[in-house]
Amino acid sequence: MATFEITTRSVKGDLKTDTMILNMGPQHPSTHGVLRLELVVDGEIIVDVIPHIGYLHRCFEKHAEQMTNYQQVIPYVDRMDYVAAMGNELAYVLAVERLMGIEVPERVQYIRVIMAELQRIASHLLAIGTYGLDLGAFTPFLWCFREREKILDLFEITCGARLLYNYIWIGGLSHDLPSEFGKKLKEFLKTFPKALKEINDLLTFNKIFIDRTANIGVLPADVAINYGCSGPMLRGSGVKFDLRKNEPYLVYDRFEFDIPVGEGKMGTVGDCWDRYYVRVREMEESLKIIEQAWEQLPPGDVHSAIPKKVRPPQGEVYFRTENPRGELGFYIISDGHTSSPFRVKARAPSFVNLSVLPEISKGYMIADLVAILGSVDIVLGEVDR
Amino acid sequence: MPEILNMLIASLIPLLFILTYAIVILWVEIKVASHVQDRLGYMYTGGFHGWAQPIADLVKLLTKEHITPVSADKILFTLAPIIVFASSYAAYAALPFTSTFIASNLNVGIFYIIAITSFVVIGILMAGWASNNKYSLFGAMRSVAQIVSYEIPTALSILTVIIVTGTLNLQEICEMQKGGIFNWIIFKYPPFMFITFLIYFTASLAEVNRTPFDIPEAESELVAGYHTEYTGMKFAMFYLAEYANMFLVSGISAILFFGGWNSPFGEFLSGPVWGVFWFVSKGLFFVFLQIMLRWTLPRLRVDQLMYVSWKVLTPISFVNIMIVGLWAILK
Repeated sequence: MATFEITTRSVKGDLKTDTMILNMGPQHPSTHGVLRLELVVDGEIIVDVIPHIGYLHRCFEKHAEQMTNYQQVIPYVDRMDYVAAMGNELAYVLAVERLMGIEVPERVQYIRVIMAELQRIASHLLAIGTYGLDLGAFTPFLWCFREREKILDLFEITCGARLLYNYIWIGGLSHDLPSEFGKKLKEFLKTFPKALKEINDLLTFNKIFIDRTANIGVLPADVAINYGCSGPMLRGSGVKFDLRKNEPYLVYDRFEFDIPVGEGKMGTVGDCWDRYYVRVREMEESLKIIEQAWEQLPPGDVHSAIPKKVRPPQGEVYFRTENPRGELGFYIISDGHTSSPFRVKARAPSFVNLSVLPEISKGYMIADLVAILGSVDIVLGEVDR
Repeated sequence: MPEILNMLIASLIPLLFILTYAIVILWVEIKVASHVQDRLGYMYTGGFHGWAQPIADLVKLLTKEHITPVSADKILFTLAPIIVFASSYAAYAALPFTSTFIASNLNVGIFYIIAITSFVVIGILMAGWASNNKYSLFGAMRSVAQIVSYEIPTALSILTVIIVTGTLNLQEICEMQKGGIFNWIIFKYPPFMFITFLIYFTASLAEVNRTPFDIPEAESELVAGYHTEYTGMKFAMFYLAEYANMFLVSGISAILFFGGWNSPFGEFLSGPVWGVFWFVSKGLFFVFLQIMLRWTLPRLRVDQLMYVSWKVLTPISFVNIMIVGLWAILK
C-alpha cells in the first residue's frame, strides 16, 4: 500500500517538500474506461502526466489478419470506438471498397451518410453528457442519454442492434431502411433542436461550467497539428479541417454545412470550452446534413452491389473518414490470393488525441485534468484496440 | 430519577427525528433527482413509488462487512465517523423544534451550534488521514480548507442576525418573530437582512459539502473523497451526518430568518403542535432547495471555491454587518 514520503526535518529551517505520485485509474470514475494516468503532483498542481494504456487491448489488427474473409472484420471494427460503431464500419468498408473498386448505389451512399451523421450526434451527446458528469453536473448527462436513446431506437428498427451494428457491409447494407424510419427520423429532427437548446441552457452557458472550462487546457493550433490531433480537438484549436469537406467521400460534397471551429468565445482559442462547443455545434451541422440527405434519398436496392466473394486484387489502400472523434483511417494490404487481409492497420483518432494530454495538462490542478481529459473525449476501446 | 429520564427523552427525540428524516429525505432526494433528470427513480420496493427503498438500503448497509484497510490507523479510522455524526447530532440539542420543546435551552444556543459543528472538521481530517489513501487525504484536506473558510461568512452572517435580535438564545430569537410573516427577520432592515440570508445560505451549502461546493467528495476527481475507504455502517454514519447537517443548516436558516416555529399567518395555525409543523416544513423547504441545486449545477474548482469565500462572501458580509450595525445604532 502506498504511503506518503514524509521528511521529518526541522520545520523552522528549509522544510523539504517533494512531489507525490498519484495513480488515477484504471478504475476511476472519470478516466472513461480503463485508462491509467500516473500523475506527478505538487500539492494539487500537476507536474507531469504519464498515460498508461493497453488495459483494453484486444489484438484487433492481428485478429483482422486471422479472419477467413474481409466481411468478418466488420464486427471487430464495431468494437473499437464502441460509441460510434457506424463510423468505424463506414471507414473500414470504404477502404475495402476502394481496394476492390466497387461502386455502390446512390441510395446506399445516402443511407450511409444518414447513419454516420446520426451516429455522430449520438457520440457527441455522450461526449458532452459525460463531460458534464466529469465536472459534477449530473443532470445534463441523463438529458443527453434521453436524446441518444432516440437515435439508438432508430438504429434498432433499422438493423436490430443498438450499439454494435454490423450494418454497413462491403458493397451495401445489411438491411434497407424500414418503412417507419422516415416518420421517426422526422420526429427526431423536429424535437432535437429543442432538447439541444435545453442542454445548452443548463450546461454550456452555465457560469460555473464556463469558469471550469474556459482558459483550461489550451491547445494551440501548431501543437495540435504537430501531435496529429484531429476532429473536434483540432477544430477546437481553430484549424478548419474536416475530411467531409476537405476530402469528400460518399456524397458529402452534395450537402451544405459549416465546419465549426473554436473561436475562443469564452477564453482562449483551443481551450476546453472551445472543444466542447465545437461538438455542440457539430451536432447542429449534422442535423442539417441528415435533413438534406433524407430529402434527396433516391430509391434503389441496397444489396445490388454486394460482391459474392470479397477477394481484392493485390495492393494496398489507406482510406480515412471523419469519425466523431477525428480522422479514422484504415490501411489495408491485400496479397491478392487469400480472402482475408494480409495486414490491417487502424489509425485511431482517440489514440492520437490522447498523446497530446501530457502536453496540455501540465501546471493545472487535478480538477482541471479531469476537465481536460473529458474534453479530449477518448474511447478506450479505440485507444487500445 | 425523573430528571435523568427527562434528559434521556429530550436527547432521544432529536435522534429519532434525524433517523426518520434521513430515511424520508433519501427517498425524496432520489425522487427529485429522478424527476429533474427525466426518469422515474425508485419504483418497486414497497409498492407506491418505491417508498421502502431507503429502508432496504439501510438494512443492506447494516449487514455489510466492515472493511478496515490494512495500513489504516484503526483507532482513528473507527473514531472518525462517530465524531462526525456525534457533532452534528449534538448540534440538534439547541434547535427549538417548537415553543415548548428544545432539548437544551442554552442561552448561547447559536454560538454552541457553531462551536460544536466545528468538530466535523476534525472528524473529516481524521477519516482522511487514517484511511491512508491519497484520495482520502486530498478530500480531507480540501474539506477542511473549505469548511474552515466558509465558517467565517457563516459566522459573520449569523452575527448580523444577532445584532438585530440582541440574543444568542434560539428560543428567544423565535419568540421575537411572533405575529405573522412580516415580523420575520428576513424583512428587517431591507434589503440587508435578505443579503445576509443569501450569504448564509451560500456559505452553509459549502459547510455541508453540497453542490456546487461538493469538492471534498468530488466523485469524478477524488472517487469519494474522505470516505473512499469506508464501508457498511461507518459509511452510513458519514452519510447520515451529511443529511443531518443539511437539515441543521436549513433549520438555522428557518430560525434566524424565517421565524422558526412561528406560523406565517400570525395567530392562525399557531401553537406547539403547529410549531413543529412550521419549523420542520421550513427546514425541509431549504433542504429541498439544496437538493434542487445539487442536480442543477456543476461543481467549482478548489481555488474558485476559496475565491468565493475570501474575496466575495467575506468582504460582502463585513460591509453588510457594518451597515446593519450602524442602522441599528442610529435607529
